[in-house]
Amino acid sequence: MSRPGFVLEVDDRTPPLVVHDGEGFRLEKFPLGTRVVYSPESQPGLRDVDAAIRHALEQPENSEPLRALLRPGMRLTIAFDDVSLPLPPMKRPDIRQRVVEQVLTMAAEAGVDDVEIIAALALHRRMKPSELQHALGERVYRSFAPDGLLYNHDAEDPDNLEFIGTTDQGEEVEINKRAAQSDLLVYVNINIVPMDGGHKSVPIGLASYRSLRHHHNSKTMVHSRSFMDHKKSAMHHSAWRMGRLLKDHLKIFTIETTLNNDVFPAPYDFLNKREWEWNVRDQATMLAAKRGLAVAPSKLRRKIFQGIQAPYGITGVHAGETEAVHEKTLAKVYSQQAVEVQGQSDVLIMGVPYLCPYNVDAVMNPILATCMGLGYFFNSYRNKPVVRPGGAVILYHPVPYEFSQLHHPSYVDFFEEVLAESTDPATIEQRFEKQYATDPWYIHLYRTSYAYHGVHPFYMWYWAAHAMDHVGDVVWVGADRRAVERMGFRSASTLADALEMVSGTVGRSPSITYTHNPPHLISDVR
Amino acid sequence: MMLALEMYRSLPRYIAARAVGGRVPGILTGPAAPVRLVNRAEPRTSAPGWARVKPILSGICGSDLGALFGQTSMYFSALVSMPFVPGHEVVGELVDDCEDLPAGTRVVLDPVLSCAARGVERCQSCASGQTNRCDRITVGHVSPGLQTGYCADTGGGWGGQLMAHRSQLHAVPDGLSDERAVLVEPLACAVHTAMRAQVPDGGSVLVSGAGAVGLFATLALRELTPAGRISVVAKHPRQRELARAFGATDVLAPDEVPARVRRATQAFRLTPERSGEFLLGGVDVGIDAVGSKDSLGTTLRVTRAGGRVVLSGMPAAGADLSPVWFRELEVVGAYATQGREAFARALDLAASAPLDGVVGGRYPLYRWREALDHAHSAGRLGTVKVAFDLRSSR
Ligand SMILES: [Zn+2]
Ligand SMILES: [Zn+2]
Repeated sequence: MSRPGFVLEVDDRTPPLVVHDGEGFRLEKFPLGTRVVYSPESQPGLRDVDAAIRHALEQPENSEPLRALLRPGMRLTIAFDDVSLPLPPMKRPDIRQRVVEQVLTMAAEAGVDDVEIIAALALHRRMKPSELQHALGERVYRSFAPDGLLYNHDAEDPDNLEFIGTTDQGEEVEINKRAAQSDLLVYVNINIVPMDGGHKSVPIGLASYRSLRHHHNSKTMVHSRSFMDHKKSAMHHSAWRMGRLLKDHLKIFTIETTLNNDVFPAPYDFLNKREWEWNVRDQATMLAAKRGLAVAPSKLRRKIFQGIQAPYGITGVHAGETEAVHEKTLAKVYSQQAVEVQGQSDVLIMGVPYLCPYNVDAVMNPILATCMGLGYFFNSYRNKPVVRPGGAVILYHPVPYEFSQLHHPSYVDFFEEVLAESTDPATIEQRFEKQYATDPWYIHLYRTSYAYHGVHPFYMWYWAAHAMDHVGDVVWVGADRRAVERMGFRSASTLADALEMVSGTVGRSPSITYTHNPPHLISDVR
Repeated sequence: MMLALEMYRSLPRYIAARAVGGRVPGILTGPAAPVRLVNRAEPRTSAPGWARVKPILSGICGSDLGALFGQTSMYFSALVSMPFVPGHEVVGELVDDCEDLPAGTRVVLDPVLSCAARGVERCQSCASGQTNRCDRITVGHVSPGLQTGYCADTGGGWGGQLMAHRSQLHAVPDGLSDERAVLVEPLACAVHTAMRAQVPDGGSVLVSGAGAVGLFATLALRELTPAGRISVVAKHPRQRELARAFGATDVLAPDEVPARVRRATQAFRLTPERSGEFLLGGVDVGIDAVGSKDSLGTTLRVTRAGGRVVLSGMPAAGADLSPVWFRELEVVGAYATQGREAFARALDLAASAPLDGVVGGRYPLYRWREALDHAHSAGRLGTVKVAFDLRSSR
């Protein structure tokens, strides 16, 4: 049995603690009394993953077995989560490969030969051939990709979208035409955080901008508390309405899988442990890694980090009707990630790592760093945020003033044009979003190159809207001053300076919480 | 006798000035300056229609600085007569009656010395009212010189007195201050630029440069044309502020131009090898108000196919003309002003536009080194226009 999450109070015996800081990490001595939240220790992975998949397909939740849904002459479409998951990428074989291979085997046995496989990337960048190969394996890739039967969803291809209808709240539902016209749509998900999965898979992953704009907007996002709790998230409510509408038009068979917390492979596996439990070997590797990273040129550092593949264990596979499956999935994810935390504090400290869902193979630009810190980590709670309203957030990340022109062309312009005018999500939504969303150059790059959609930086900024609305102060430690100032934040060179800077808001002896992630944790704030 | 600044012919000095071009204080204080402060005889012509004018304020124009610092094309050397007193942005007072204008009238000057002023039969351009295109600017009553301020006989604004022809004179309404009136000539040029731009209804315009030429062009475009978005390229904080006050929709830094214009016009952006990026698509009209190779090059690269590029201000050589060919651009010049209408509109603008504080430096002639230095660094120092104050120089 794994140990539950753990909350530590820093005293004079507490060693310096690891804080993730972009492409590197720090060892930080926190003020006495700081509350440190650790994620629960990794749960054991399933011993026989393939058997678990088989079991899930044969005895699904609230649905006939997959085999019974397959018949000769039918159209079968398999959609799967794109490159934004999991983080870091999974060591081969990826769980999507294992699931898809079994689905295909069953389809073949049932005599189904009209099969297409679609990466459900919504407005994310397209997956490269090597990434498709990594996610689905050589065999699937070689059998389908050359004939154009394995491809990326294109949210801007008017010929390949189908309008399904409008929800009772006026939300337009439009998804991938092939998926919409299939006799069966199988969706393969990896649930790394409770935000994903459920009706977020099909109605969002296979949607068009026309459909996405109904929930990906600043108003909905400010009213999502939190994204990690679909029952309290306005964004999820909208996706659920769309999902229920879709269900009447389309047979969907959902497969969701859950992972444990084994994020860091050797030699970085000491990062999975709690500092005071490091043995001599862990300490030695940590020092070597820290020194090595400190002197490595930034290109090499990026290569090292982007090359990390996680030795995740698979903790569960559930299949069947979407909502029933998602219930089971969420229970699994919470049991791995939830930590009980008593009450809110004045200051919340978070280390932002090198990777978020949108910078696989690219630098984490300032907007993504903000989205990761204030969007995802801040929102990793249930009930209420870890920091009190009007409190302060202190983040660690170098926030380089750097963008990938290949992946993030609209981010550069967003940063330089939009944020120069305003940082208020509602204002920029009203003044700029439509222009960016319909810009033919961004659409061209999204469809033919490897660029995120023009509107994507807006969504990233909206993710952070709730945090910006909730807290009084945001200070980045060790960040590029120009970059954080453009976003309306402040920067400090040390934690002591940062605490000094926020003392106007929270006083000189604030209560402090440090959430020690990654690996992922969800604070259950009581 | 009168005090005047004089530019005189000295090829070695011209070349020396060119060599140190840019390092202004050096050239102005060193022995190489092709300009000197002298006491000389007042200019005189007895030809009909001419009268004496005592300048009150005389602006320093970018073209004056170009001539002084040897940055002007040798093309113009055939169009001037040496030595001359520079200064063509003049508000002054008539000393003599001049046809219908009585002595004592405050006037501004259209500096072009066209057929009428020269007393020759009107050329085709002058006959059609386009005096700025006059073909006779080297003949007739007065020495060669395209404008007052480049002619040996007429004197110029940077001296105690000059001669002007009735065809050049516009009376200044009583309510208009000298500080505003001295801006009428550059405003008239801007009005002409705006007309030459032929902006389509709601069309997008890029003004490259936010010195006096660019700022006034922005003002004229906003006031007199149906332009939609006007984007102005400005380097310095004060310029950015004024550009907005004069009607710019947005203000760009020079290195942001391709990206921001691409965004604003939803164009496609391409980056060739070893050359500047350019757009497919872009603004309807580009206005180069700097005259540098970089500025013109950028303007050509971000103007849409079939669009129009106006050279406002004296251009430099050496820009890559590929976009003109490939994008079928119409490249047009905008020199001085065309007839009386531009001046009438400029007088209106001078009265109504937010021009307070635009004349940011006034110097007596004997502090000419400081004045020229200030004018050369005007943008950086937050000044739009520097002028000589002749009342304190007499
Ligand atoms: Zn001039
Ligand atoms: Zn003529």
